[in-house]
Amino acid sequence: MTKKKTAKWFHKDLLGLEYLSKEDIELLLDTAESFREILNRKIKKVPALRGKTVVNLFYEPSTRTRVSFEVAAKRLSADVINIAVESSSVRKGETLNDTGKNIEALKADIIVVRHNCSGAANMLGRNVNISVINAGDGWHEHPTQALLDMFTLRKKTGRLEGLNVSIVGDIAHSRVARSNIWGLTKFGAKVTVCAPDILIPPGIEKMNVKITGNIDEALGEADAINVLRMQFERDDMKAFPSQLEYFKKFGITEERLKKAKKGIIVMHPGPINRGVEISSEVADGANSVILEQVTNGIAVRMAVLFWVSQAKP
Amino acid sequence: MSLKQVFTKEEIERAITRISHEIIENNKGVKGLVIIGIRTRGYVIAERIAKMINNLYGTKLDVGALDITFYRDDLSAISKQPVIHNTEIGFDIENKNIVLVDDVLYTGRTIRCGLDALIDFGRPKTIQLAVLIDRGHRELPIRADYVGKNIPTSQKELVQVKLQETDSEDSVTIVAEGENGPERT
Amino acid sequence: MKLLIKNGHVIDPGNKIDEIMDILAEDGKISKVTRGIDVKADTVIDAADKIVMPGIVDMHVHLREPGREDKETVFSGTKAAAKGGVTSVLAMPNTLPSIDSAGVIKMLSDIIKKTANVGVFICGAITMERTGKKLTDIAALKKQGVIAISDDGNSIDSDELMWQALKEAKKEKLLVICHSEDKSLSGKGVVNLGITSTRLGLRGIPKESEYKRVARDIMLAEKSGANVHIAHVSCGESVEIIRKAKKKGVKVTAETAPHYFGLNEEDLLDYNTNMKVNPPLRTKDDVLAVREGLKDSTIDVIASDHAPHTENEKEIEFEHAEFGSTGLETELAVSVTELVSRGVLTWSELVKKISLNPANVLRIDKGTLGPGKDADIAIISADKEWVVNKVGFASKSKNSAFIGRKLKGAVEYTIYKGKVIYKA
Repeated sequence: MTKKKTAKWFHKDLLGLEYLSKEDIELLLDTAESFREILNRKIKKVPALRGKTVVNLFYEPSTRTRVSFEVAAKRLSADVINIAVESSSVRKGETLNDTGKNIEALKADIIVVRHNCSGAANMLGRNVNISVINAGDGWHEHPTQALLDMFTLRKKTGRLEGLNVSIVGDIAHSRVARSNIWGLTKFGAKVTVCAPDILIPPGIEKMNVKITGNIDEALGEADAINVLRMQFERDDMKAFPSQLEYFKKFGITEERLKKAKKGIIVMHPGPINRGVEISSEVADGANSVILEQVTNGIAVRMAVLFWVSQAKP
Repeated sequence: MSLKQVFTKEEIERAITRISHEIIENNKGVKGLVIIGIRTRGYVIAERIAKMINNLYGTKLDVGALDITFYRDDLSAISKQPVIHNTEIGFDIENKNIVLVDDVLYTGRTIRCGLDALIDFGRPKTIQLAVLIDRGHRELPIRADYVGKNIPTSQKELVQVKLQETDSEDSVTIVAEGENGPERT
Repeated sequence: MKLLIKNGHVIDPGNKIDEIMDILAEDGKISKVTRGIDVKADTVIDAADKIVMPGIVDMHVHLREPGREDKETVFSGTKAAAKGGVTSVLAMPNTLPSIDSAGVIKMLSDIIKKTANVGVFICGAITMERTGKKLTDIAALKKQGVIAISDDGNSIDSDELMWQALKEAKKEKLLVICHSEDKSLSGKGVVNLGITSTRLGLRGIPKESEYKRVARDIMLAEKSGANVHIAHVSCGESVEIIRKAKKKGVKVTAETAPHYFGLNEEDLLDYNTNMKVNPPLRTKDDVLAVREGLKDSTIDVIASDHAPHTENEKEIEFEHAEFGSTGLETELAVSVTELVSRGVLTWSELVKKISLNPANVLRIDKGTLGPGKDADIAIISADKEWVVNKVGFASKSKNSAFIGRKLKGAVEYTIYKGKVIYKA
């Protein structure tokens, strides 16, 4: 029997999971199920966005998110244009708003924007009438990544409510962590963040998460663990001891997983740093769903593209 | 409210029985036969037809469900937002004789979407169309191979099909304009 | 030239007046404040049901001239002042070049003489180019007519240099206005550090960067005996430090801006760059602490910190946008809405904070309506509501943190030296 979905979609833009209701997110995840099925067909394409133009406007190099959006848009029969902007030259060149208005004047329908500044997608969404999808803005949000993480979790476990999910790594500078926290807590999942002190942002406990600096504690009750990519090259990380030190204290290894719940799901938004935040054995092991996440990402992004294009004011 | 029942529970049952027989006759048996219904009520009728044929011939026909939302040509024009269901076709349609089933045949646009969607799954040998009600007013060159009943309607009217599995009763009613009828198909 | 204002509710805390009266101004000066004045005047204003108060003295205004005339000029800034009921402003020295030498002051004085619509007083810089390295010739600045000194926008990091500056200022009897911020703590921050910076994914500015520097500035004020004024107080800790110092008898005064008692950090959650100010909008508790500080006279003055910026500098990514909000045209209404309507201050107390006290802190002969004083007057409809609109600012810039807000209290007339310079 099919489940009737009565939820409606009113958002022109997808800027972050903070701004969505549980029902909104449920609609996206349910729709993604339909698209996930399409991805198994011989002809993996439907005409839902035929005649629409999706512009991938990327101010940060990101092959995987850009390609995932491109595949998603093409599976919906949309035309896709990729624009990569060198972010270091942004201040000298055209402003983001001007670029957005130009894309609108080109009669595109959806802008997928990736930007190194938090709030860039919010600003763009306010300033253009066409749809804006946030593909990651600074440390703020990466809603489609969190949606695909939630989709993967729901598919694997059949639920989100009451699920124990630990997010490990650079929480302070992670948009993936923030979006996951907003999304998961709306469904009643119990989220723990695990990182060295300096990578825990202030006040995060007010977002209904548990904080720990002990990886074994984070693994203890977890049904799933989301391992964030560590970026030691960033300026803020200069104070940090060393990669090796991090791996010793926080790295996800087979040995550590042995002490965790059997069947714990290991996720990673990618690209993975083998031997930095996760060992190769775990990344390629039986608990890892990292490649499934990639496939699910297409279905989730199809759902997002589909619904923002259906938004009724 | 102006309601006019045009098809009773018994008449629906008889129509499905007749269509089932016609399908067998037309296809000279059940070889290569699959039934695929369009969500939501077309699928319910497809299941009933398959059950009927299975009972008569001791077969186990493959039945699939097709959601045509993503194929619609009027997505941005409809005032209501679409309701999305899953497509479930768990078998290969290559070289099969498909009977595509829907509840009401009206403009033909839904069937056009259904044909597009089916062909994306593979290359069937034939696609035949079965509908419970043909209410006329075609906008595309599409006709049904099996029809439960032809009901002349005005375009201002809505044809409301209710089925036990989805609506807790079997009936077909004509609702005058302005009432809450089913989505235009 | 005679100007007669009839039947207004005159609020003049400097002369303890808070009742219906008439005011007569002759040749730019107030000549009579009493009931039932019946003379023939060139201009007669019926102020029935309106409040008549001394024009606002805004001691924290960035007029941007010389150097950034694209943002504001003396002419446009004082037009905005007139529209906001402001009749005297103190122009801050962070211009291009900075107000750090006699030559620049002379140039600015000429511009003021030619183009200003209200009284403009000049604040000089404490250090050359406001870089905190070398003191300006404070005596020379004073001679050229500056009435206060400040490195506004910057704080002098060196305790030693600040100490020198305060000693010099005491000798010259000049007020020192402190922008109290330890930039080694605020760093690249753009919003208050805490849950809001975490939610927004933006770098945070800790309160410590403000109140630790407030504490230092007060300590040096106490030691030197100089008159020190703490600008734009935004957090509860600063209020408490100032409260204690005042109790101890330190010669310190303090000011806050309307956005610190009218907005809080949560208003920023949609990345409105017009609310990006320095110090940043703080928590709801800090807003309450600032209001309490106003109520118990820990904070003496309300000043706008009018900081105009072009759209190119504001309508961009939050972290790249300039700090600052315009304020001259909204400060009275925000104060009425957030302080008087909420019962934090009475009308008379508000007039004290916004007209009388700043005049006293600056030691200028403004802020009251006594006979013989300049006829600088604002006439207000206390209960009139209006919505701040991006279109229609007199300022060259439109970066108001209050755009879209419904405010109470509208300026009907602004009178400067006996002449109506603004009429709604």
